[in-house]
Amino acid sequence: MTDTLTPVLTRNWGTDRSWTLDAYRAQGGYAGLKQALTMSPKAVTDLVKDAGLRGRGGAGFPTGLKWSFVPQDNPNPKYLVVNGDESEPGTCKDIPLMMASPHTLVEGVIISAYAINAHTAFIYIRGEVAHPIRRVRAAVREAYAAGLLGANILGSGYDLELIVHAGAGAYICGEETALLNSLAGLRGQPRLRPPFPAVAGLYASPTVINNVESIATVPSILAYGKDWFQSMGTEKSKGFTIYSLSGHVARPGQYEAPLGITMRELLELAGGVRAGHTLKFFTPGGSSTPILTAADLDVTLDYEGLAAKGTMLGTKAMQIFDETVSVVRTTRRWVDFYKHESCGKCTPCREGTWWLAQILARLEAGEGEPGDVDKLVSVASSIGGRSFCPLADGAVACVTSAVKHFREEFEVGYTTPAWEHLPYAQSTLFAKEVRP
Amino acid sequence: MSDDMVTLSIDGLEVSVPKGTHLIRAAEAAGIAIPRFCDHPLLDPVGACRQCLVEITDAGNGRGFPKPQPSCTTEAANGMVALTGASSAAARQAQADILELLLINHPLDCPVCDKGGECPLQNQALADGRGETRFTDVKRTYPTPTPVSELILLDRERCVLCTRCTRFADQIAGDPTLALVERGAKQQVGIYPDEPFHSYFSGNVVQICPVGALTSADYRFSARPFDLVSTATTCENCASGCQLRVDARHFEVKRRYAGEAPDINEEWSCDRGRFGFVSARGEDRLTRPLVRRGGELQPVTWPEALAAAVAGLTPALGSTGVLTGGRLTLETAYAYSTFARKVLRTHNIDFRSRLASDEEAAFLAAYVVGRPDVTYADLDRAARVVLVAFEPEEESPAVFLRLRKAVRKGGLKIATIAPYRSRGAAKLGAELLPAGPADVVNALAGLTADENTILLVGERLAATPGGYSALAGLLGRTGARLAWIPRRAGEIGALVAGCLPGLLPGARPVDDPEARAEVAKVWGELPAVDGLDVTAMIAAAASGRLRALVTSGIEAADFADPALVAAALKTAFVVSLETRLSQVAAAADVVLPVDLLEQQVGTFLNWEHRTGAVNQVVDHPRLPMTEVRVLAALAAALGTPLGFATPEAARAGLLTLPRYEGERASMLRIEPETALPSGVVLASWRELLDDSRLLDGAGHLVATAPPAVARISPQTRRTEGLATSTFVRLTGPKGSVTFPLVVTPTMVDDVIWVPARARDKLLADIGVDVGGAVTLSAAPDPKKEGEE
Amino acid sequence: MSHFQSYFPDTGSVDMTDRTSALDKSHIERLTAMADRYPERRSALLPMLHYVQAVDGRVSPVGIEICAEIVGATSAEVSGVATFYTQFRRRAGGKHHIGICTTALCAVMGGDALVETVERKLGIQADETTPDGLFTLERIECNAACDFAPVMMVNWEFMDNMTPDKAEQLLDDLAAGRVVHSTRGPEITSWADTEAVLAGLDDGRADEGPSAGGPSLEGVRLAAEHGWTGVPGKDTK
Repeated sequence: MTDTLTPVLTRNWGTDRSWTLDAYRAQGGYAGLKQALTMSPKAVTDLVKDAGLRGRGGAGFPTGLKWSFVPQDNPNPKYLVVNGDESEPGTCKDIPLMMASPHTLVEGVIISAYAINAHTAFIYIRGEVAHPIRRVRAAVREAYAAGLLGANILGSGYDLELIVHAGAGAYICGEETALLNSLAGLRGQPRLRPPFPAVAGLYASPTVINNVESIATVPSILAYGKDWFQSMGTEKSKGFTIYSLSGHVARPGQYEAPLGITMRELLELAGGVRAGHTLKFFTPGGSSTPILTAADLDVTLDYEGLAAKGTMLGTKAMQIFDETVSVVRTTRRWVDFYKHESCGKCTPCREGTWWLAQILARLEAGEGEPGDVDKLVSVASSIGGRSFCPLADGAVACVTSAVKHFREEFEVGYTTPAWEHLPYAQSTLFAKEVRP
Repeated sequence: MSDDMVTLSIDGLEVSVPKGTHLIRAAEAAGIAIPRFCDHPLLDPVGACRQCLVEITDAGNGRGFPKPQPSCTTEAANGMVALTGASSAAARQAQADILELLLINHPLDCPVCDKGGECPLQNQALADGRGETRFTDVKRTYPTPTPVSELILLDRERCVLCTRCTRFADQIAGDPTLALVERGAKQQVGIYPDEPFHSYFSGNVVQICPVGALTSADYRFSARPFDLVSTATTCENCASGCQLRVDARHFEVKRRYAGEAPDINEEWSCDRGRFGFVSARGEDRLTRPLVRRGGELQPVTWPEALAAAVAGLTPALGSTGVLTGGRLTLETAYAYSTFARKVLRTHNIDFRSRLASDEEAAFLAAYVVGRPDVTYADLDRAARVVLVAFEPEEESPAVFLRLRKAVRKGGLKIATIAPYRSRGAAKLGAELLPAGPADVVNALAGLTADENTILLVGERLAATPGGYSALAGLLGRTGARLAWIPRRAGEIGALVAGCLPGLLPGARPVDDPEARAEVAKVWGELPAVDGLDVTAMIAAAASGRLRALVTSGIEAADFADPALVAAALKTAFVVSLETRLSQVAAAADVVLPVDLLEQQVGTFLNWEHRTGAVNQVVDHPRLPMTEVRVLAALAAALGTPLGFATPEAARAGLLTLPRYEGERASMLRIEPETALPSGVVLASWRELLDDSRLLDGAGHLVATAPPAVARISPQTRRTEGLATSTFVRLTGPKGSVTFPLVVTPTMVDDVIWVPARARDKLLADIGVDVGGAVTLSAAPDPKKEGEE
Repeated sequence: MSHFQSYFPDTGSVDMTDRTSALDKSHIERLTAMADRYPERRSALLPMLHYVQAVDGRVSPVGIEICAEIVGATSAEVSGVATFYTQFRRRAGGKHHIGICTTALCAVMGGDALVETVERKLGIQADETTPDGLFTLERIECNAACDFAPVMMVNWEFMDNMTPDKAEQLLDDLAAGRVVHSTRGPEITSWADTEAVLAGLDDGRADEGPSAGGPSLEGVRLAAEHGWTGVPGKDTK
């Protein structure tokens, strides 16, 4: 019987100078790497595959399987790229991990690169977070100095160069092919698949791209074994993960738990909705996943449980909104976000978000016209499923799910500004502070 | 069924296509139209516009796709079942939705848009779009238009961001100075403000733009597509043989587009071919004959002009030279070849209005004429190509594009024997085999090649004594394949027509009895005396030994020694057949005006010896005289009928000659010069957009030309004491010329490269040939000098 | 809609009217060294442009041209990259960059109110710089600190759980030159210093600040409270 919360990645976040090599080693760090170096690369890949680790960056693709797609007979160098472009609204787990325990990530990088026979790896971190970048760079420097990176790592004969690379502000670079373009010094626009990155990724060479949390999970599997990993989670969603709770919850934060915990349990652990208020809606996995309401609290927070509800586990980012919140306002802001972050490559995303944003702006301002809500849904359906990459589907998901649950509130926008219908000051963290 | 083919169903129709074919191409093969904007068969697929979405109910594995799929990026698979808008409501809905989204920010200004009437967006909106828009919000607007170069204007509001233009610039031309900038709804096509979209191929983006976003400064607002009459023809600008579609209105050419010629220029054209067609619209266009009277050229009637020509030529029979230039059609060249031998009774005929040598003439007769060995398709498949005295981007742009494609797609490796790694060579990823003009022989001698090597040789090899001999040795030694690629469109045709003193039509050596006998059956007895080549003719005419010259479309500046040409024109009796009052015509005794190319029919043979039809684009009533007709009239006046009076009849005459099966001309072996010039050696070639008279009037086009600069190596800069200069003066025996100085790391030491015919800077004026020595000195900035 | 900017006359390029640049030979050497760290030079373009910003205070035309030369791209291509990413500035800005998250959750939790407060306090609108050159204000999108909402970033350092009062105090302190620390990071210095860090320079401040902020530790704290653990062995409490 596993515990309700299972701190693995987060367990050292509060310790003194947790970001340093000494502190990391003091709690058993780099044991996984030592174990891995006793194994063949293929055995490491098989272990991660057998453990059932699935990608923690949103899509949930089995990590070991992804590694096994790298054609080892390809004469080009192999590359490992870590996706640290954490930008999905609501998502805030990788950044604290990189800040508090960068060596967990570095160790994961070394093991994962070893598994795919890569000798160059990159950690791509969004550019808008200076301190995690400092900490990861410092950890990489320490690792080089300790013989954990560079030539002949720990005497194993295995060499690895690790480059920490800062982005420059583009949500779309969280999409793996856009990230590769960005890392190649290009505009961060997604590119065609096939060829898949495993075959022709960075510099047209075999490349594995994994989320920070996925890679950071790898050392624990090496250190404690697949049985331990599989003892947590559900049948198809193995292991543990970091759930991020934010918004109108008593104790927002990071909660590391086995996959399959219910939203109700998680919300209770976080002290429930802020005092005196009730849950109105929440995102299960970032703003790109269709919203749910209080009626859905018993959903299990794993890949399957949320799919059954017509939504997704995504990045496991629960943004919780209470009854004071205007869903029209949040939907508009999300759509503004997607419009701002649309890369511009494909028609439905570039033009569709432009249009949705204008309709929503009217509705928020109480300047909507009868029929606007239907038009909103219709335009969303023109976009959904037609775009080059999933960004636009995220924009559509928040619109259609919000209208599905709260159509009447959108129709209020034909006559009444949202800020009159649900005064905004009531929603703020510092509600009492706001001046009239 | 071959393993390389897959069979699928589109709209219920079974189609078999090669593996790897995208669905949109497979549909085309089945005759099914799928709307599209970003897709272009010659560009890498991008899947951006999403207009070509189709429903795939079975991907070939028994499962369908839940969402519509872009047919431009989905590969056909065995057993795939695809439904286009013709048979699927889901596909139709998806396409209608995308079209609606494309139009929300479009200005809908079709009535004032050049593209109106030939616009894919307009056509699809009319066919499949909503009658009324549902979009009542604010459109995206920009200042408009913005020039991306002197030639091309951009209306960002009309753009659908299909990226055909930017992909063309990057993938095809290799000039990615037109690029996507900004992001999201503000994403746009743009340039860096200090770096205009200057590419020899820039006009293609106007043609492939599926909306009216990119328009040409020359054509903008000048015609409506439905008022234009289109004629297919062959480009006269170089020997690539590009097929063009020429659009005319009111007897005037309005624009030229690349034709569709998969075997030749595919769907591309260079800017010179596209925009350089207005040179005969100036005041120097000749429409009446002129005769020199009292030192001045006077307009006269045709009978008066012919009489004057007869009066001058009759005493010079047997002592006349014929200079035909390199730009005539095969038919016109054959008319001159006939005229020289049959009427003027001389073998003094040469088409080479450029650097030329005996060695070259022998090589062309022995190895080139009538022996096509390489095609464009061969370049696609080639493993290795070596460029010898040949800059494809400057001299044969369609060859450049094909080479670049082969490098990108087929892994072709290119090497270039040249004094430096030019811009074009760099875009081909070419390996430089460094060689100044005098080192070319050594480079050829040391070249590793085999039967899988293709040598592309340019006309500049004639500047290196022994060069063609070394080439002949290389061919014999290695079995490498050869294509000789001249710059001018008419040179291969002139060779085939026999416009060389040693060459009769059909690759017949003039000194071969069997060959002479075959030609004599058509022309009558041939002159017995050997002919003079171009160099000898000019020298003889200047000295009075040759009494008359008949010229067509030549410029004194094109020759190695323009001053000597001027002297020859002054001394000899000159009959000039011309479209414009050129410097040569102005110095002639009789000037006979002839039709423009666009007013006649004929044939160009490109470097592959491929026949390209020249069709009559405009029927100009003012001057119904083709060059063939004028020659026929002159022949008649001289008392010997030419035998034909139209291009069609000239061609028929040429075809009456049987295929020649006899001995070919033998190669003349020349030893390389051992006494190398001391000092800095001059290297040079002509650039595509230079001082050519064919570019007169094409101001926007010429403005896009790269700046004329001199190039030397870093070491030469030091040894010549030019370390602090930004300008360099080249001095020869006859004068000097100044260029901005660019230090070029790949440049061979002790060589200076300058363009041969920069505007107002004729290299010939300094009196040094390529391969000769020049003196370098520091020069002040001429602009600053002017200010002082 | 009044809040809709529909005319984009100034898009398409960086500011070409100002050709000034502080980039000198040593900067170019450093840019070249950055490029040489990667298997292909062009990969370094984003860090290089960050470095251009650190030196020139913006992506300057000279910086674009130098980067293009080093990585072997056209200036148009580099301009296309520079105008794609939101962190690249086309015009010089303030010493400090104030970013306030106004994506949905932060906006609702107070981000919108913070923008109003700061705009009023500084007398500028978003995307403007104060006349004294001290502050540039920007509405930013989600910065991955939602459990600390509403979030303000100063020179891309976290200023968590921001309130209008704290914001005013913060701006006063920065304006007065008083020492200010990020809630989860180092002492605040300047936007240009941060750009140098993003470019890959070490400012020696990695050890400043805590390991994690309060919300990041909620789960660990709760687990410790209940004796819950994730890993076997000696870590078990």
